[in-house]
Amino acid sequence: MFINKNNDVVSWFFKDNQQQKLQQATVLIIGLGGLGSPVALYLARAGIGQLVLVDFDKVDLSNLQRQIIHNTQQISKEKVISAQDTLHAINPNITITPISEKLDKNALIEQMAQVDVVVDCSDNFATRFIINEASVKTKTPLVSGAALRFQGQISVFLPQRPNSPCYHCLYPEVNMEETTCSQNGVIAPLVGIIGSLQASEVIKVLLDIDTTLCGKLMLFNAYNMQWKTLQLAKDPACLICQTNS
Amino acid sequence: MTITVKFFASLREKVGKAEVKLTTTDSLNIEQVWQQACGDILPLPEQILMSLNLEYVSKETIVQDGDEVAFFPPVTGG
Repeated sequence: MFINKNNDVVSWFFKDNQQQKLQQATVLIIGLGGLGSPVALYLARAGIGQLVLVDFDKVDLSNLQRQIIHNTQQISKEKVISAQDTLHAINPNITITPISEKLDKNALIEQMAQVDVVVDCSDNFATRFIINEASVKTKTPLVSGAALRFQGQISVFLPQRPNSPCYHCLYPEVNMEETTCSQNGVIAPLVGIIGSLQASEVIKVLLDIDTTLCGKLMLFNAYNMQWKTLQLAKDPACLICQTNS
Repeated sequence: MTITVKFFASLREKVGKAEVKLTTTDSLNIEQVWQQACGDILPLPEQILMSLNLEYVSKETIVQDGDEVAFFPPVTGG
């Protein structure tokens, strides 16, 4: 947490015990790209004590239009190291664990068992399905965001709650066409909007604030500036929920 | 009965319209609503989100008079 020169907690919004809760929390962020950048920046500034960063990629010049945690000095560096450097320059009091590799399901399960919340900032369905399965298996809250072109979406899955849907209830694992930002483009501020909302939802989950997007899917169209919130129920036929309940 | 059908984001471009008012005497499920609204332009994509009166539903869900059906493309980028 941040302390000013009078030794007051700078974050005036949270009560002391809430700020302490954030300081004791561990959050796993998967993907340090367009979404992961604002998520990590806001969580570091909010004083989340431990961040585990996962991304196997390196910073490329073409990323910098939207991946705001990296800069030109960090091109060719591993993204998790670049992100760690930026975050520690902002808040040196947090612990960061950088993992610069692609984690398989078992490795994800191992990581998730040690964290309070996982944030899905990945860019493909295959990874999203594995993250979801590991989240359901370990009953780790999942804050999921996605963005492409002018379209964004966000939801929260709380597998520790019997009635919570999971990501697989939303997207059954059919032949999903991969549509990544790097291939299809995204309006840069959109990942900032969705990533900022993800960070906000993470803080609410950590503080047990019961007004999250669990059971809802929020869709945002940046072109028309339209928000839509759909009610999302648990799918009784969902194989992931059934296997892991 | 009359059903309002809405298409969002890239689906709007693919089917060439944002909204259709569907008038029919048949009992329809969501998949049949798509077929009647734009089936001649595009078959119902396998990867699609469907809502009925802002509630996420499957393609088998039956619609009623006055309902609003909406179709959204999946989003995965990040």
